[in-house]
Amino acid sequence: MHPVVKLVVQRVALGLLLLLAASVLIFAGTMILPGDVAQSILGQSATPEALANLRAELGLNEPPVTRYFNWLFGVLQGDLGTALTNGQDIATSMGRRLSNTLFLAFWAAVVAVPLAIFLGLLSVLYRDRWPDKLISAVSLASISIPEFLIGYVLMYFVAVQLGWFSTVAMINDSMSVLEKLNAIALPVAVLTLVVLAHMMRMTRAAILNVMQSAYIETAELKGLSAFRVIFRHAFPNAIAPVVNVVMLNLAYLVVGVVVIEVVFVYPGMGQYLVDHVSKRDVPVVQACGLVFAAVYIGLNMVADIVAILANPRLRHPK
Amino acid sequence: MKDQIEYLKKRVGQGRITRREFVGRLGALGVSAAMANVMMAQAVRAEGPKKGGHLKMGSVGGESTNSLDPAAAASQVPYYNLNLFGDTLVEVTPDGSLGNRLAEEVSSSPDAKTWMFKIRKGVEFHNGKTLTPEDVLRTMERHSNEDSKSGALGIMRGIESMKVEGDVFSVTLKTPNADLPYLMGDYHLQIQPDGGFDNPGAGIGTGPYILEADEPGVRHLWKRNPNYWDDSRGHVDSVEILVINDATARMAALQSGQVHLVNRVDPKVAALVDRAPGVRVESDSGPGHYVFIMHVDTEPFSKNDLRLALKYAIDREEMVDKVLRGYGSVGNDMPINAAYPLFDESIPQREQNLEKAAEHYRKSGHDGSPIILRVSDVAFPGAIEAAQLFQQSAEAAGIPLELKREPGDGYWSEVWNKQPFCASYWSGRPVQDQMYSTAYLSTADWNDTRWKREDFDKILLEARAELDPDKRKALYSKMGRMIRDEGGLICPMFNDFITGVSDEVRGWVNDPTGETMSGQWSSKLWLA
Repeated sequence: MHPVVKLVVQRVALGLLLLLAASVLIFAGTMILPGDVAQSILGQSATPEALANLRAELGLNEPPVTRYFNWLFGVLQGDLGTALTNGQDIATSMGRRLSNTLFLAFWAAVVAVPLAIFLGLLSVLYRDRWPDKLISAVSLASISIPEFLIGYVLMYFVAVQLGWFSTVAMINDSMSVLEKLNAIALPVAVLTLVVLAHMMRMTRAAILNVMQSAYIETAELKGLSAFRVIFRHAFPNAIAPVVNVVMLNLAYLVVGVVVIEVVFVYPGMGQYLVDHVSKRDVPVVQACGLVFAAVYIGLNMVADIVAILANPRLRHPK
Repeated sequence: MKDQIEYLKKRVGQGRITRREFVGRLGALGVSAAMANVMMAQAVRAEGPKKGGHLKMGSVGGESTNSLDPAAAASQVPYYNLNLFGDTLVEVTPDGSLGNRLAEEVSSSPDAKTWMFKIRKGVEFHNGKTLTPEDVLRTMERHSNEDSKSGALGIMRGIESMKVEGDVFSVTLKTPNADLPYLMGDYHLQIQPDGGFDNPGAGIGTGPYILEADEPGVRHLWKRNPNYWDDSRGHVDSVEILVINDATARMAALQSGQVHLVNRVDPKVAALVDRAPGVRVESDSGPGHYVFIMHVDTEPFSKNDLRLALKYAIDREEMVDKVLRGYGSVGNDMPINAAYPLFDESIPQREQNLEKAAEHYRKSGHDGSPIILRVSDVAFPGAIEAAQLFQQSAEAAGIPLELKREPGDGYWSEVWNKQPFCASYWSGRPVQDQMYSTAYLSTADWNDTRWKREDFDKILLEARAELDPDKRKALYSKMGRMIRDEGGLICPMFNDFITGVSDEVRGWVNDPTGETMSGQWSSKLWLA
């Protein structure tokens, strides 16, 4: 077997094991939280009778271990079950939220990743001169400000004062792609500002590291232009760390944007998960947890594989 | 001048000039702003509702866990949804009287033990089925049977039997209750086809709007019901509720014109929102109150002197000023205020009195160990600040109060109704009997002050069966005074409901019986 194929198979198997472990942890975590789903649904208006009726109906009187294995058995057959709180099919309702999350993450990545790498290259080109300092200052400032604050500031000046774009980034199936893009413009801008600095600084650092090498000096002595040296000679050798940090940020865009979702009222996975955690709706929390863990594990795997493919020494081990 | 005012009234009624302009121009003619607002409301009403348009609200209190099952409704968005697709038998009108909805006529036996509701004819459900008294019976059964998990279960408990005779649905009670029709107006009790037994969350009722898109926690879209039986309601073509739980995002959506209405405006920004162009705030006083509750059966709160010491130590005016920013009124350590029918205005208002507080504290013989007050943001907005103010004024009277911040998550299951002293919130009930039966009857599940007094229970049952309003009022007054002077309730304030409204919206009615026009904004408002 080709070593790369073997590696992928190994990583996938390990990933599945990790997912199983994650599901156990999430289940245990939701068990530790005070109160149960019946209490959370009924809230302040819970009477003991109504509680008992609801618990019996939701099957909460069975021991936790039995409930976990019932759930696991269902998932292995591809059945995520129904939400305890409102009886909706989890796969359908989560699927809609997941596609929204991916839509937002995709467009944020489409803007942020090329921009970050381009700015990183630019910083190297003008190292220690004012463009480099300006790029670093702006991107570091934007990563240091809490994202909700950037959100509110943009919302106030761009949407309320200027009347451009929408403060409510609510998208639905009846909207055209252009309408959807218009709706998510502000959250995409905020997310771009939030993830930009990390990727940009890593690109800059990785390329500067390579720039010390002898073959770069050779390329410069050959008379190649500075940009060509950086893009053709330095960048391919710096790609592994850059891809790594890009993947981490992509994972963040998928699993970590609940604050942005709340601020811009975006119907994504984050708010969906938080709602169900506060209601102790274990099957939904489990399903969301699995998806999030899978995204993290998957993207990290991609980063590792790209790093190996990009490095001939790792690609053809002796 | 009169002609000018008439002219302006006509213009504003037609929506040609804004409220701000109207108030401003009348101000120039020497008319006070309050008067101008009254005149505007009259003018708009005289012009009559305009049909059509798409009305949008940004609302707090919606989650992706919501369903359309009336039994499960507990927060604002489900509450609004119920009012969109459903009708109750009766309703409490803004002036506190009883209005007929699906019941055409309400009557009772002389002893108030049996109540008859004559059901309206020719009303159609959204699925085409005609409303029958059997549907009503089945609905009430679903909310009161043994497997019920309905939020209305508590109020259905006094029912002994229900039956249908011809077009009359009748209820027989275990003990007489002069307020029963008010209970039947509870928002959970939306009449569903066959009581909603087959599909409780279908969102099918007889109401003014038909479900178009249902995305819990995101939005709910409704289209006008062309066959609605009541022509005086349901003016706009479609209604959309956007779930915007974040307060800042809600205000931004209102100001940028993406929604016409937002509920729960933070008192801290209400005055600012009111000054912003194109929008205003409407503040409605109601029966909702912010409270600190003590278990009267637990040390050290079992001593009435200590309870009185705390009641005298709290500064109610300061709390209304600082926590509610004036959007509310002071409480009087009883759960009832002027929003209730048969309220006795002559009960003296308790004021802060540090000397009396210190004196009662001394008499209680408390050992001086800190008294722990549990509090959390979720108890009510501004609960932490209110508790801090309370702590300071208690300290001035020499009472050592210690605040313990509890996590919001799990507060209602772990702290409220479990710990002996905590901050909490009551949304109030339409009538006094229901408020007292819910939280102050010895056997009540939510007796969160552990107020268990046989004499009190006796008066409560006596008042319930009393059909003479004067005698009832006297009995309620007695009960209010008992709780005020001996109970475990410290009630510093009644909060107003503050709604942000766009100037395009017409037909606003101040309704003290419930939030946002008692949840009926969608069918009563129209667009200019």
